[in-house]
Amino acid sequence: MNENSNSIILDVRRLLCPLPVIRLQNKIQTSPGGTLITVIATDRGVLEDIPTWCRIEGHHIHSIQEINREIHIEVLVKS
Amino acid sequence: MIGKRKAVSLISGGLDSMLATKIILDQGIHVEGLNFFTGFCVEGHTHTLRKRPPDKPKRNNALWVAEQLGIKLHIIDIVEEYKNIVINPKHGYGAFLNPCLDCKIFMVRKAKEWMLSHHFDFIITGEVVGQRPKSSRKQVMPIVAKESGADDTLLRPLSAKNLPATLPEREGWIDRQKLCDFSGRNRKPQIKLAETLKFSNFAQPAGGCCFLTNETYSNKLQDLWHARNKREYELDDILLLKVGRHLRPNKNFKLIIGREEGENNYLEGYCQQFTHLRILNYTGPLTLLDGVFNAEEAHLAARIVARYCHGRASERVEVQIQSPNEDPRILHVTPFSPDEIPSEWLI
Repeated sequence: MNENSNSIILDVRRLLCPLPVIRLQNKIQTSPGGTLITVIATDRGVLEDIPTWCRIEGHHIHSIQEINREIHIEVLVKS
Repeated sequence: MIGKRKAVSLISGGLDSMLATKIILDQGIHVEGLNFFTGFCVEGHTHTLRKRPPDKPKRNNALWVAEQLGIKLHIIDIVEEYKNIVINPKHGYGAFLNPCLDCKIFMVRKAKEWMLSHHFDFIITGEVVGQRPKSSRKQVMPIVAKESGADDTLLRPLSAKNLPATLPEREGWIDRQKLCDFSGRNRKPQIKLAETLKFSNFAQPAGGCCFLTNETYSNKLQDLWHARNKREYELDDILLLKVGRHLRPNKNFKLIIGREEGENNYLEGYCQQFTHLRILNYTGPLTLLDGVFNAEEAHLAARIVARYCHGRASERVEVQIQSPNEDPRILHVTPFSPDEIPSEWLI
């Protein structure tokens, strides 16, 4: 995991759902509001599960991209 | 002044926990959900690996339920703690390696810990008396409450009227008359209640929510323990048991052969850790070799893998074998015919 002030990269490649959601959930617990977390995943289940979890928790999905069979989801932590 | 009472609900993603939670929400209780990740969950892990019928949504049902109900869901990784439940279940196994009663006690105990640390008042589950042959008998309901430490803070809204009143009922936090009296394996009352509450598109039960209730999966786990001469596992072990076709020609090694593109993609992630085989001159599966093997056994493995590629009828198949940190080697093999693979190799 790489961290840079208000942006964080969360590498959950190879992990299958719900583990990416668990890792994101745990990371957000220690991240201040306004942090931008880029989740990098290979399990396509994240396309459904992370937005659902973010809707429940009130975090904002900033963007979703598929790059070379990897899924990059930017999550803006609620303030 | 006492604030709004709070309940923590064990959310599996199935209909019963959804209904139980809704019943309590409708009585003005604040409810949050807990969902435990054991590593054996059917939920989630398989839905992206294998092709599914188009009518089956690719979603995590526990999250879907939480969103439908408008509650928070806390997904908790209990993989490490759960090992002892699988390996040494006090109350034994069900039909396969499913330690259902110990599992239920453990999860309610974890819910009790969460309840105390988050200042909640009681626990709810979607259990129905008599629904499952071992872990839901009326006689074992008090065992779960007692051994988990939850005691009378454990409320089962779907069967509450068949059970002694619990703390939230006695204290008047909820109205017992508005709870249910479901029992047995007949699911019609739940379906009817779901219709009344206008729930649709909920997950239908399909062989349980845990791979340990699956005979084939349990056989693979037994085989793993037998081959290693010890009853232990790591998360990757139990995840790989869900993937591919497993064949063990000898006690010292086995093959994990991808059955379709999704499984091959998943197995790719393990190529840095395992010796793996690829078919070069035909379309074919990615295969991992788990264990130790000699050159003759590697050749045997290549012939097995070749049997599952599109060149299975040909005389010669090129198989690349590569071990971690080594250069790949090419083997030219004749594929096994189906009757050359003994059925006892298939786990």
